[in-house]
Amino acid sequence: MSRIASVFKPGHKALIAYLTVGYPDIETTYKVASVLADSGCDIIELGIPFSDPLADGVTIQRASYQALKQGTSRQTCLEVAGKLSQKLTMPLVFMTYYNPVFSFGLEAFCRAVAGAGVDGLIIPDLPVEEGSELEAITRKLNLDLIYLLAPTSTGERVSIVAEKSGGFIYLVSLTGVTGARKTLPAELEEFVRRVRKKATQPLCVGFGIANAEQARRVAKVADGIIVGSRLIQLIEEDGTLSSLKTFISSLRVALG
Amino acid sequence: MTASRRLPDGRGYFGQFGGMFVPETLMPALKELELAYAKAQADPDFQQQFQHLCRHYIGRPTPLYAAKQLSAKIGAATILLKREDLAHTGAHKINNALGQGLLAKRMGKKRVIAETGAGQHGVAVAAVCAMLGLKCIIYMGEEDIKRQSPNVFRIKLLGGEVRPVSSGSRTLKDAINETIRDWVSNVNDSYYLLGSVVGPYPYPMIVRNFQSIIGQETKEQILATYQRLPDYLIACVGGGSNAIGLFHPFFSQKSVKFIGVEAAGKGLATDKHAASLAVGKVGVLHGTKSYLLQDDNGQIMPTHSIAPGLDYPGVGPEHSYYKETGRATYVAVSDTQALEGFKLLSHTEGIIPALEPAHAIYYTAELAAGLPSDKLIVVNLSGRGDKDLDIVYQAEGREL
Repeated sequence: MSRIASVFKPGHKALIAYLTVGYPDIETTYKVASVLADSGCDIIELGIPFSDPLADGVTIQRASYQALKQGTSRQTCLEVAGKLSQKLTMPLVFMTYYNPVFSFGLEAFCRAVAGAGVDGLIIPDLPVEEGSELEAITRKLNLDLIYLLAPTSTGERVSIVAEKSGGFIYLVSLTGVTGARKTLPAELEEFVRRVRKKATQPLCVGFGIANAEQARRVAKVADGIIVGSRLIQLIEEDGTLSSLKTFISSLRVALG
Repeated sequence: MTASRRLPDGRGYFGQFGGMFVPETLMPALKELELAYAKAQADPDFQQQFQHLCRHYIGRPTPLYAAKQLSAKIGAATILLKREDLAHTGAHKINNALGQGLLAKRMGKKRVIAETGAGQHGVAVAAVCAMLGLKCIIYMGEEDIKRQSPNVFRIKLLGGEVRPVSSGSRTLKDAINETIRDWVSNVNDSYYLLGSVVGPYPYPMIVRNFQSIIGQETKEQILATYQRLPDYLIACVGGGSNAIGLFHPFFSQKSVKFIGVEAAGKGLATDKHAASLAVGKVGVLHGTKSYLLQDDNGQIMPTHSIAPGLDYPGVGPEHSYYKETGRATYVAVSDTQALEGFKLLSHTEGIIPALEPAHAIYYTAELAAGLPSDKLIVVNLSGRGDKDLDIVYQAEGREL
């Protein structure tokens, strides 16, 4: 069982937190990671910033733009991950777009990722149709290639992803881009159940989750939640990170 | 069936280029589009409707004009202009906008979204949406809104809504990002009417096929008048739709040489150009694998061209395939040279070209000077220059 899969235990709902590496700066990235680890997160998703993040809403777009402006490179992200994996016991996952991976060279990138102690990859513009080469490489290196499913995914697509996704399946809660939302779609439970019928992997829901009440609702049907944009907003609002800490703790409580 | 007609393959690839690199949310919509297009293509009623409107709405066939004064000035080969500037709304963009507009209507979509760079695609989409009774939203970079203001006004007059894009370089690339984000959010009721041979499969194929009417007409016209095929086909390349439209029907006629002209901006040695085929590396942007202007970290680089329609860091995957297989040659022409081409055609033929095909005109004049007089060159005059008067005035001032 992979380190990511081992996070999911009966009765325990996973809390997965996203942060853009290098936003607002590298020093803050380390501090935020410590706060996340100390307040009950199970997996940290490290975002390697990309110039054209087309699945992301304004919050992560802005964070990515600023991080790149600060000179955050792939190498920076690998170094940050390397240090965090030494310090923390929890699994780490990289989230980035396909071009930064492709231009590094798929195999070289995966070797560097594994070398940095990272456990998996999430690539939102890589559907299963285009993933076979990366799947073979990640399998060889014991990395989890985590695929996404969306409310628009057909039954046939759910089956294919259920066959291929490593670690867990990332369920996109809504038809849209990332970003904090006041409400989640009414069809969310039905979507999760629909995937559950075909998948044996844990199911984690992300996109839009911005408060404890939403987390509680999702936890009733899914195995974990992924939060991102709301965390970035809190880092922007309160540089002492105490709001972030309070928020993460409230999610942990809500997840039970 | 020619070899190129069989491309893209079943996975949407032209050799190693193309594919479908998009968020999962859009995959079902792309499959739906592929299916709907295949049905429309096989339906004689759809084809007839398209042909009818090409004739009566767009004003096709556009002339193949012998530019005798231009040829005489250069004193060499015969230059023929495919007059897409005379098509309704002033550029070749209308061919694809009409085809996909009809497809959107047939699919029961009520809301059409599109990106635009120079504004020509935006104007074409707005016109077609007005005619078909579809809601129309156009994303346009703030930088392009500033430099192509006549087209912004035209889109609005045609009932389209222009949404300014302020992210990134605020040009075509960012307008495409924003249109994709809109599509991800409204995929159930919206049709994304992509304007060039870029993006995920099936767009590069659909846009190519609708634009192929340019090359098909050219072939008929040149055979009727000169009883032979041309020696050269020349077109400017940003995303590459006017070039593919001209080239593709001649794919199997190997004696016909294809030359694509990219924007060298302020020079290929600077970082202010848009020549992705000339100096880019293979990568993935906007859903497709193709040549790209990117840095060593795989980040997309800012581009520059005096012609907003060429100001894009990627290029259609079929062009990358043509480059790799040697079927086409790609060259680059600078801002200053494009302005020379702009003036040359205006003075010799009384035709003001858009700045995009002005790149192709300049290269044609260079090439023709060294060719014997029995050679036939067809240049795609993909659009007219009214939209560019401001830019040219800024660049040339009173000296013009």
